[in-house]
Order: sequence, then C-alpha cells, then structure tokens
Amino acid sequence: MTEPVRSGYARPVPSLDVDRILADPNVRIVVCCGSGGVGKTTTAAALALRAAERHGRRTVVLTIDPARRLAQSLGLTELDNTPRQVKEIDAGEAGGELHAMMLDMKRTFDEVVLTHTDPVRAAEIFANPFYQAMSSTFSGTQEYMAMEKLGQLHARGEWDLIVVDTPPSRSALDFLDAPARLARFLDGRMLRLLLAPARAGGRSMFTLVTASFNVFTKVVQKIIGAQLLTDLSGFVAALDSMFGGFRQRAEQTYRILQARETAFLLVAAPEPDAVREAAFFARRLSEERMPLAGLVLNRVHHTAVDLSAERTLAAAAELDELGGHEATAEALRVHAALAQQTAREQSVAAVFTDAFPGVPTVEVTAQPADIHDVDGLRTVGDALSRR
Amino acid sequence: MPGSEQDPRAAWPARLHVVTGKGGTGKTSVAAALALGLAAGGRRTLLVEVEGRQGIAELFETEPLPYEERRIATAAGGGEVRALAVDAELALLEYLDLFYKLGAAGRALRKVGAIDFATTIAPGMRDVLLTGKVKEATTRTAEGRRVYHAVVLDAPPTGRIGRFLNVTAETARLAKMGPIKTQSEGVAALLRSPMTSVHVVTLLEEMPVQETVDAINELTALGIPIGKLIVNATRPPLLADARVTQAELRRGLAAAGLPTERGVVAGLHAEAKAHQTRRALEESLRLDLAELGRPMVELPLLPEGVDRASLDKLTAALLTPQ
Ligand SMILES: Nc1ncnc2c1ncn2[C@@H]1O[C@H](COP(=O)(O)OP(=O)(O)OP(=O)(O)O)[C@@H](O)[C@H]1O
Ligand SMILES: Nc1ncnc2c1ncn2[C@@H]1O[C@H](COP(=O)(O)OP(=O)(O)OP(=O)(O)O)[C@@H](O)[C@H]1O
Ligand SMILES: [Mg+2]
Ligand SMILES: [Mg+2]
Repeated sequence: MTEPVRSGYARPVPSLDVDRILADPNVRIVVCCGSGGVGKTTTAAALALRAAERHGRRTVVLTIDPARRLAQSLGLTELDNTPRQVKEIDAGEAGGELHAMMLDMKRTFDEVVLTHTDPVRAAEIFANPFYQAMSSTFSGTQEYMAMEKLGQLHARGEWDLIVVDTPPSRSALDFLDAPARLARFLDGRMLRLLLAPARAGGRSMFTLVTASFNVFTKVVQKIIGAQLLTDLSGFVAALDSMFGGFRQRAEQTYRILQARETAFLLVAAPEPDAVREAAFFARRLSEERMPLAGLVLNRVHHTAVDLSAERTLAAAAELDELGGHEATAEALRVHAALAQQTAREQSVAAVFTDAFPGVPTVEVTAQPADIHDVDGLRTVGDALSRR
Repeated sequence: MPGSEQDPRAAWPARLHVVTGKGGTGKTSVAAALALGLAAGGRRTLLVEVEGRQGIAELFETEPLPYEERRIATAAGGGEVRALAVDAELALLEYLDLFYKLGAAGRALRKVGAIDFATTIAPGMRDVLLTGKVKEATTRTAEGRRVYHAVVLDAPPTGRIGRFLNVTAETARLAKMGPIKTQSEGVAALLRSPMTSVHVVTLLEEMPVQETVDAINELTALGIPIGKLIVNATRPPLLADARVTQAELRRGLAAAGLPTERGVVAGLHAEAKAHQTRRALEESLRLDLAELGRPMVELPLLPEGVDRASLDKLTAALLTPQ
C-alpha cells in the first residue's frame, strides 16, 4: 500500500567503488576537488583514514584550511608544513599508517624560493614587502602551493598513497587554473614590461601601446605610490634567476595529475550551484585527459519510509482535525519535509548524472552534526563504501 | 491598523547596508530581499555586487549586469530597485579618467591586460576601487536630494570581509599620498559612521555560526558598525518538546488511515528522533548567536528555493518586527 519515493534518476547510475580505488596499489594519488564547502576536506580525511585502517596503506593526507576542531582531532595543532603521524587510528592487522598535514602556503612558497636561489638572494626576497604580501594573500598562491606540496610529497616517495584536499574556492576549476595563472604572472612579460618598458619596448606587439604604457606606469606610480613599484622591481630582480622555474614546476605537477596513478574524486553537495560546478569540472578533466574516478555526492538526505509528501501532509491535516494525535501529525510533517528534500536533491543530482551517465557515483548521507573527529571520519568512510 | 503604524523600515536605519556571511548562506538572496523592502512605498534603492559573480542577474533571471545602474525590480507601492555589478577594472579606468584623462590610451591598456595587472599586483587597490564606487553611490545627490534612499551591498564572504572593509590600513601601507589615499580615507570614514551597518547572514550550522562569531569579533575590533544577525533558512519548530513513542505513532497512523506496518512506524520514529537531534544542535547554535548580543532576524527556509516570487517572503520576514 505504499508508493515508491520518486527518484530523479532517469537510469541507474553506476556506483563508485571507493574501496577498490583505495586498495589498488597502482593508485598513488587521490585528489578531492569540488566547489566551496561541499565536503572536500572531510572526504579527503575520511578516505585517507580508510586507506590506512582497512587497506593497510601508508597514507598521507594533505589538508587545506581544515575546520579547527577536525584539525585538532588529527593532531594538526601546529602549522609546521610537514606530515605528522596520526596515532589514534585502528589499523589492526593491516598495518597501515595515517599521516596528516595542513598546508602552510607561505612556508611552502619560502621553500620554493630557497631551492631555486642562493641564501643571500633568498633573504633579499623574504625581506621584500611585495613578496610578503603576495606569498600570503595573492589569489592563486594557495592553489599553486598545494600543487607544489603535492609535487614534493610525491617526489619523496615515502607513501603508498597521497590523498589531496583542494583549497576552498568558489570554482573547482581554480585548482587547475590558478597555478598556471600565478606561474604566468611570475614569469610574466607584463611584469617586465611594467617595470622596464624600455627593455621590451621594441617588440612589435607592444610598440602601439608603449607610449601609453609609459603614461600608465607613471599613473600607477602616482596612485599606488612609487614604493610599491620599487618593491616589485626589487622582487623581480631578485627572482630573475627563477623565472621559468615557476612555470616548469607547475607543468611538472600537472603531468603527475594526468598520470594513471592519479584518481580524481569530484565532491558535490546536492545543490544547484555545486552540481553545476561539478559538471564544469568533469568536462574540464576529460579535456585535460585527467582521470575522473567518480562523483561523491555528499550530505544527501534519505528516507526509508515510502510515503509521499502529499499523502503525508494530507494525513497530518486530517489528524489536526481529529485532535489528540499532535505528536504523530508533527512526525508526519517532519517526514513530509524530508521526502520533499530528498526528491529535490535527487532531481538536482540528476543534472549531473544525466550529463555524465558513465561517471560512477556514491552518495554520503548527511550526518546530523559536523564531522570533527576520527570516529566521525570513520562513519563517513563507511558511508563512502556503502554500495 | 492604528498602533502598528510605525514604519518597519525604522529597524533598518543605515544608508549603506553591507550583507556578509559564510559562502552559500544566502548573502545575495538576503541583500536582494532587503533592497526590495527598503524600496517599498515609492523609494529607490541600489543593490550592488562586487565579486564579478553575476549573482543578482541570476537571481532576477536577467541578462548579466553591465557596469551601469539599471532598474532590476519594482517594489511594493511603486518603489524601484536598481542593480549594479561593480567591475574593478572599469572602476579603475573610470577613476583614471577622472584624474588623468587617459581616454583611448586607457582602453588600449585594458586590451593588453595592464589594468587587470595593476589591480592584481595590488589586491588592496581593487578593494579601494570597489568600496570607493559604493561610497560614491551611497552619497550621490541630484538636485540637492539623495539619489538612493539606501544602498545594499552583496559583500564578500565573512572570511574576507574584514580585509575588504578595512581599506585605510591596507592602502595606507601601499599609497603614501595621492588620490587613492584621499579616497580611501573618505571610504573608511563612511564605513565607520552610523550611516553604515554590516549584517551577517548565517545558517544554523556549525561552520557558518563559527565564522559569524569570528567576523563579528573582527569587525568590532576594526570599529565597523555591526547591524543584525540574519539567521537564514530556519525550519518550523516541529516536535519541539514532544516525546514520540512508536505506540503513539501506530495509533496516529491508524487514525489517519495510513499503513501501520513495522517498517513505516520504525522509519517515522527514527526520522522524528533524528529531527530532534538536529533541533537540539540548532537550539544550541541559536544560543551561541544570541550571546553575541546583536539583534537577530530569522528567515524561513523556502522549500521551493529563492526566486523573484518567493523573495517577497524573505522581504516580509526581514521587515517583521521580531
Ligand atoms: N556528510 C556530512 N554530514 C554532515 N556534515 C558534513 C558532511 N560532510 C561535511 N560536513 C560538514 O560540512 C562542513 C564543510 O565540510 P568541509 O570542510 O569538508 O568542506 P570543504 O569542501 O573542504 O569546504 P571548503 O571549500 O571551505 O574547504 C564541515 O563543517 C563538515 O563537518
Ligand atoms: N531562505 C532560503 N530558503 C531556501 N533556499 C535558500 C534560502 N536562502 C538562500 N537559499 C538558496 O541557497 C543558495 C545560496 O543562496 P545565495 O546565493 O543567496 O547565497 P550566497 O551567500 O550569496 O552564496 P555565495 O557565497 O555563493 O555568493 C541559493 O540556491 C538560494 O536559492
Ligand atoms: Mg576544505
Ligand atoms: Mg552570492
């Protein structure tokens, strides 16, 4: 006598087997990406924990801006930019290990500078106010440094599996685009042009605007102050030896992301914006020939009761009239709201699954409270593996 | 209705309303609803966005907004809402033109990416330009009268709001003199005056509430006036203090002619319990917010989502004395 809950799915969606990925020795990197606030950090940490506990892998998770309480329970109280072993896990016989770290973008930037230049030059760069501002606030720095750190961890070869979280940004694509943008900026012609118009002035492409450029430089100087340009100029001079290096490093990491050992997991919440972003990202990954392993649809609501919202609400109204069944009437309204939400979420999710019918998907149920500890991560890990 | 004649807009006295909050909490929806409410009764308001997101156009289902003030909606009683998407590059050009008459050269510079470059190397400059434009609109007059009764800014999220609004400190570091310096001082003065009010939108979830607390502390330290806490997407208080038993549910289901088999009863019972757990958490978050000692406004969760039609419900809730 019960009617089925309507599903937005037009056809069955292949289910994502997270355990197969985590257990596969050929998979060395898992990247969790998606738009802001969908659960990238939580998913990354839950997957890493599961890889260590269930699949005996020596795992490191690179988190970025984790929520304070989650960071604390992973022992990430210090921002020291190196992985620390998480002791509170239950690896049992499998013998896996979990190491966790939190990206410190400023320090990572410093490390890049140090490896590319001599200590005197490095000291000069560190003291430069423009460098100081840029290494902590420039948009794209975080993405670049996340890539850089991934490259470093990978090069150390100490781990069976590296799970990477990606920076909180509105668009998931920023993770792929920002490093190249920053590298272009640092290698940039514009930078040289602005600081030494005469040097590049002969180039045909710029002759037309060279004159206005000179005006522009003066104007910029007037507006933002000559000091900034002087700092910038000092920065560029000190960095001269590294030009090219930035782009090269970004390209290297990009190649790692294209390799077979890497699996991308796209995380989305069942909300229109997040699902739209996920679709953009999936399209982009396939253009870049980067391997998309599947979609994690996080914070999804479910109901086990096959009663439609309409029918439930009508029954609740009936009980109101009868009187004496207040608690049941309210329980029915709670169910109706859940049924409506479930139906809405499924139809939102179908926007993605209809466009990418071949992408395996797993749904993770919304937990009643936030995830702040190892137990919570284990619960999410179990949900990720429920097939 | 005599006695209730007081204009509900008296609760929103500022001229510049800055709406912030964690990403996705409803900043754009709330800013739009507020702009509509403050325009009611023949007034004119300006709804401004500064992040290049075209969130306003999306909400009102119009073409992307140009860098130009355009009527986007009419409000109850003949009011008008105009919208503006401020573009930092164009604001810089407009600004350069004002002081240096760059003309065509300015456009050429834009083509080669120089303007973008200039706003990139000095991120603080971008914010000065954006807030400068907001200030200009807020204080603009025509024939001795204010052009806008109120300006509502769909602002950057809580994580960046302090830096965004704290223009003077940032630019004083970059610009020791010159027009930008003068301009940023004017903006800073407006933002610290009673003409401005920063409202923080939150959901009853842990991270948004945490970010709200952090933002309030940060803004307080910066001396920027804080307005209301806007608790968005709240649900009706079902099963507030009822204890629900399976036996009771079975009787109720039977009375309503619904199936009473085990699965249904146990399922509804579990859902009721989960709902109560969630509610208890929301209650404690509400208390955390109340501790901040700011006026709070609650907006309902709109099951159909937010569009032009349902926006009126948010407007009504914003203007209902609570
Ligand atoms: N399945 C879930 N059930 C309940 N809460 C969840 C779930 N997944 C994530 N959360 C909570 O949602 C919030 C956002 O999650 P998280 O920090 O992992 O997202 P993110 O994508 O990394 O965000 P950002 O883009 O800001 O980095 C956190 O408070 C987290 O505890
Ligand atoms: N009261 C509400 N009831 C139902 N849905 C809502 C409510 N308020 C906002 N939403 C929905 O939540 C989503 C986010 O809202 P909105 O775009 O206003 O948030 P935002 O804070 O501006 O987001 P962003 O940080 O991405 O700019 C939208 O899909 C919107 O329709
Ligand atoms: Mg995160
Ligand atoms: Mg918005």
